[in-house]
Amino acid sequence: MDRLPLLTHPHDDSVIAWRGGAPVTRRRFLAHARAVAEGFPAGTHILNACSDRYHFALTLAAGMMTGRINLMPSTYTPEAVRHMAAFAPDAFVVSEGNDALAAALPHSPFPDLAGIDTHDAPPVPALPPEQAIAWVFTSGSTGTPVPHLKTWGKLVANTRAAARQLGLAERAQGAFSLLGTVPPQHMYGFESTILLALQGGGAFGADRAFFPSEIAAQLAALPRPRLLVTTPHHLRTVLRADEAMPPADLLLSATAPLDEDLAGAAEAAFGGPLLEIYGSTETGQIATRRTAAGEPWQLFPDIRLEDRDAATWALGGHIEQPVPLGDRIELTGPGRFRLVGRNADLINIAGKRSSLAYLDRQLQAIDGVEDGAFHLPDESGREITRLAAFVVAPGLTAAQIVAALRTRIDPLFLPRPLVLLDRLPRNATGKLPRDVRARLLAETPGPEESDTP
Amino acid sequence: MNDTAANHPADDALILEVAEQIVAALNLEMAPADIEAEAPLYGEGLGLDSIDILEVALVLSKRYGFSLRADNEDNVKIFASLRSLTDYVATHRTK
Repeated sequence: MDRLPLLTHPHDDSVIAWRGGAPVTRRRFLAHARAVAEGFPAGTHILNACSDRYHFALTLAAGMMTGRINLMPSTYTPEAVRHMAAFAPDAFVVSEGNDALAAALPHSPFPDLAGIDTHDAPPVPALPPEQAIAWVFTSGSTGTPVPHLKTWGKLVANTRAAARQLGLAERAQGAFSLLGTVPPQHMYGFESTILLALQGGGAFGADRAFFPSEIAAQLAALPRPRLLVTTPHHLRTVLRADEAMPPADLLLSATAPLDEDLAGAAEAAFGGPLLEIYGSTETGQIATRRTAAGEPWQLFPDIRLEDRDAATWALGGHIEQPVPLGDRIELTGPGRFRLVGRNADLINIAGKRSSLAYLDRQLQAIDGVEDGAFHLPDESGREITRLAAFVVAPGLTAAQIVAALRTRIDPLFLPRPLVLLDRLPRNATGKLPRDVRARLLAETPGPEESDTP
Repeated sequence: MNDTAANHPADDALILEVAEQIVAALNLEMAPADIEAEAPLYGEGLGLDSIDILEVALVLSKRYGFSLRADNEDNVKIFASLRSLTDYVATHRTK
């Protein structure tokens, strides 16, 4: 198999990133990456916790140049970081700050880039397709994170398929810029802001885009054609902010389902088409659709879906091995499908996925908790829905239980409210059906009526 | 009306007003007066995460007429506590 280049930018002066309004060329990027690699300690596994997208990309590239592998946990709780240390004892953290993560792992501070000679750059590295690039972890339903290996060949195949499916080549004639509101540590951010720029010959904006006015300012500063790589949650916030948005030539959304109305409103606000991407940590990106037009999903050309034992499986193309999907899927034609529901145990809050069974186990494992169950209320309009939890823990306060949960689960899944009860009304088989949990929540007094018996 | 002042200290009335908006925006299970002015909003303490911060920023910017930008202001500093957030509102409000 032929080696595949780390990036596809054709010239030394091709732009790969924008920082503070200034372009970063290929030459500069590669010289920086070489310097970063020289400062690494001996370990072969990197927990890349850089918050600056440019620093993240350099750390990734430096690791690839030296045969190191990125660890990408689904969350960065102390528990998850301890698990990374157990999974790869030689791992080290790279980050700008004095990271809390460094408690469990050796810390290699991101170096100062000033003073690095960027005139003489190394050649573009080319890697064998079987080279391991990243271990990405899903929050396994058994409570142990499940590792999935991503090799360079599959990542490149997936990224190039995505670029073709998004029409980037026609839309952008080889050069485009993109702004991401998703962190590069998240699989979607990794694929659609870092890899899409490296393998599509584009440039990513590296300045922070968190608040709506920042998104507007950063996007306006990028040369066209330009993409906004975002999520339903960020789109909702932006559209509620009453700020004029600059034009975007393409909007991408992933991590959680986007409704047609929101997609239409986003297209109107940015004056460009919005394509939603379907995928998962295990499969990578496998389908897109023009959501505002009510289109069904269109699979990438080499990917197939098959129904097997009550689940739909995705296989072929860049997928390493067949993967069961968390959604219930209805095939509507060749390579086309609709989502008709989710596996009831799976939850998705602001793009983070977990399972109720996993969260329940984390809650029940806390010292002093005798019984406990999470509940996801029905979606309500445009706000993010939060989990509730019912706990039997004589002698513990709600605050103590939340503090213990905080070390075990992603903060997004922390319950609001956490309701303390004397017992949980489980049925004869030990189950606590969804309607019973909904009733328990409805019976919970609000903060103003807490003095009612 | 425009009553910005360079060093507008966050008075108790404004602290309570901001607390009310946080509780309403996030459906928190507590009374506004129970949010300690000095307690951390992020992580430990009130336990807000980045989704909450976006939500609170949106509500406050509409109510007080400013746009939150973190270009040169440190987010973590602004959202360190109810008092620091109210200080920010007091100094940047346009209505």
